[in-house]
Amino acid sequence: MSDITDTGPVIAADGTPLKRSLARALRRQKIRALMLIAPLLLFVLLTFIMPIGDMLFRSVENNIVMDTLPKTVVALQDWDPDSGEPPSEAVYAALAADLKVAVEAKRHTRLGTRLNYELTGISSLFRKSGRQIKKWDLAQDAPFKAKFIDMNDGWAKIAVWRTIKTYSPKYTNGYFLNSIDMQKGTDGAEARPENQQIYITLFKRTMFMSMVITISCIILAYPVAWILANLPARTSNMLMILVLLPFWTSLLVRTSAWKVMLQQQGVINETLVWLGLVADDARLVMINNQFGTIVAMTHILLPFMILPMYSVMQTIQPTYLRAAKSLGATNWTAFWRVYFPQSIPGIGAGSILVFILSIGYYITPELVGGTKGVFISNRIAFHISSSLNWGLAAALGAILLAVVLVLYWAYDKIVGIDNVKLG
Amino acid sequence: MLGMFTSSDKRRANLPDFTNGETLLADGANSAAFVEFERVQKSYDGENLVVKDLNLSMPKGEFLTMLGPSGSGKTTCLMMLAGFETATHGDIRLGGTSINNIPPHKRGIGMVFQNYALFPHMTIAENLSFPLEVRKIGKSDREKKVMRALDMVEMGAFGGRRPSQLSGGQQQRIALARALVFEPELVLMDEPLGALDKQLREKMQFEITHLSHRLGITVVYVTHDQTEALTMSDRVAVFEDGRIQQLAPPDKLYEEPQNSFVAQFIGENNTLEGTVKEIKGETCLVQLDNGDLIDAKPINVSQAGERTRVSIRPERVEYNKDRMPEGAHTLKAEVMEFIYMGDIFRTRLKVAGKDDFFVKTRNAPDQVRLKPGQQIEIGWLAEDCRALDA
Ligand SMILES: Nc1ncnc2c1ncn2[C@@H]1O[C@H](COP(=O)(O)OP(=O)(O)O)[C@@H](O)[C@H]1O
Ligand SMILES: [Mg+2]
Repeated sequence: MSDITDTGPVIAADGTPLKRSLARALRRQKIRALMLIAPLLLFVLLTFIMPIGDMLFRSVENNIVMDTLPKTVVALQDWDPDSGEPPSEAVYAALAADLKVAVEAKRHTRLGTRLNYELTGISSLFRKSGRQIKKWDLAQDAPFKAKFIDMNDGWAKIAVWRTIKTYSPKYTNGYFLNSIDMQKGTDGAEARPENQQIYITLFKRTMFMSMVITISCIILAYPVAWILANLPARTSNMLMILVLLPFWTSLLVRTSAWKVMLQQQGVINETLVWLGLVADDARLVMINNQFGTIVAMTHILLPFMILPMYSVMQTIQPTYLRAAKSLGATNWTAFWRVYFPQSIPGIGAGSILVFILSIGYYITPELVGGTKGVFISNRIAFHISSSLNWGLAAALGAILLAVVLVLYWAYDKIVGIDNVKLG
Repeated sequence: MLGMFTSSDKRRANLPDFTNGETLLADGANSAAFVEFERVQKSYDGENLVVKDLNLSMPKGEFLTMLGPSGSGKTTCLMMLAGFETATHGDIRLGGTSINNIPPHKRGIGMVFQNYALFPHMTIAENLSFPLEVRKIGKSDREKKVMRALDMVEMGAFGGRRPSQLSGGQQQRIALARALVFEPELVLMDEPLGALDKQLREKMQFEITHLSHRLGITVVYVTHDQTEALTMSDRVAVFEDGRIQQLAPPDKLYEEPQNSFVAQFIGENNTLEGTVKEIKGETCLVQLDNGDLIDAKPINVSQAGERTRVSIRPERVEYNKDRMPEGAHTLKAEVMEFIYMGDIFRTRLKVAGKDDFFVKTRNAPDQVRLKPGQQIEIGWLAEDCRALDA
């Protein structure tokens, strides 16, 4: 053979290089495959990726100040909050002009609500001022500084102006600082007063309780999955129905059932009192606290642990145990050195499922958790539906997402994600 | 090359005289017996006996194969010996002591499983080290033994791999090494070569036999492949329906089958059915169903008038008149098909109304090549034609 044919590119029958004709052939296949999944991809994009993106964006978005008070924001640039003096007349004039427009468009209350998250009282300041400013005449009523302060002495407060100045940029880390119990102070970020600190505790509690729930699920699910995997198919299918039964009843019903069981006049307490194990005036408090949340959520999430464990254990052939024993291992050694390591992918998959699900759970903690047993998700739900502080809710959600991703990454590093079998 | 296994030179000397191998050695008093099954029965469901009255005795160093069709109870016997199933009745003894109540991990029996059962989460070296670890053998000793066992199966370079990274044949070798690394005296193998292709299987057959002889270990080997059984074993126990039909060295088994099942199951065999006409000492006269008379050796028949099946090996049938034994009864036959197989000729004949009678002849320069349609006469020595149970 000549050197040229040995080293040069391989040529296809029609004279084009083989690599290129292969790529062309593959491209057509790929496009066809892509078109097949396009509707689904679009659906996922619209319903999943975009809301998450929107949420992440909301957690830092802060256009409202800039949009509502454009002139004021510019004028405030020259003002130094540390001077201890309210801003100059120019700022008040700009504020008057901005508010005039905003009041016309009825946007000033929204801004008030937004700034009220950062400084309580601003909301009413904006609302009350709005009514008066309507009657002002921008051309004649100058100077405005005295007029503003006269109307409401809130406008003389440094804190109000500092808040407006601090939150004037289009993007803010204020929501995130708030999420970790901090706020923007005079010299950057600072801790909130003790009595306002809540989120770190909630995050810690959510992590801790999710961990406890995951561990109790592992402990309860392992033997169940083992039995299911080792029984004859007919019996195990029967028992499988029992495992899946909870899925067929409403989550609310199941959670309420735990209320019936655990409350102080509930089944367990009544039984214990009847048996004389517990005095009538010292009934156990098992609900509206962390214990209640852990019990109910362990029960609710148990199937998510059993199923992946079962599917992994089913693939572990009993001959491995026999082989181990024939090699001299006791029952325990055979289990611990041979069976258990092979079942770890199931434990891993189940743990990831249960942990992530429980981090984001809020119905059950809401119903049986009381104040000591609520999760961060309950707080998120509160900000979404009651306080309407969506930015803060988004920041909390983003942190939760980040925590989950970090844990997932750590899991991959320690156990290896290839070692997870979800089905 | 191997210091770790005590090579037993007395191995052959230990073996009892097998000329009468077909008698089942049920006698517990046999001092040479190492593994013994005595009147063992096994039922899984309380209704059917999977193993019926098993009696077996094997001396140290023997390579015994349990051969039989699928479902005949071979694996069950092996599992009872290994301790994973309990005998419903009877006694199993190892080295003279009953092991019925000894748990599997204390029996010290090496085992090779059909699917190898190599632990997938451990490397090859860890797999081999496992039995040594549970025996609390020190680290340096362990490493030495593992290395020697790997070298023994010529897999020294593969210690760091995972089982999934090995081919079937390599996994088989590792399974063998793992069953041998803790130096058991008895090794059980359940169809260990079943998953390999033909060529590899033949190579491994040779290696396993060779290794077991060199190490002087006692082996109970299970297979449904009769060639494997014949080529590897000192003795073969033919299983059918939970019973040992015959226990004998390979040559005895092939040449002197004790009943129709064994004759049919081992090797190729021609069967003709008929009635015993008369028995004269070492020979008997059998009248086939079409009226023809043949000579046979009475094995399972005791009196005239009994129904019988006579069995003749295809290579013992003669049609070359010059080589026909003198005074032999002959049968008319029609050639149906001549199959050229290179080393041998295989000829299908129609004999006594049946057209599945085969003759095998060696491809020699003077050998006649028959043509379909040809009418010939066939014959054999009376002692090659065995009259068995009907
Ligand atoms: N664990 C078991 N439970 C019930 N029946 C079994 C079990 N193992 C084997 N059998 C039955 O016992 C018979 C013999 O099986 P086995 O010993 O595996 O035969 P072989 O190994 O010769 O193919 C078969 O009919 C099989 O169905
Ligand atoms: Mg079997």
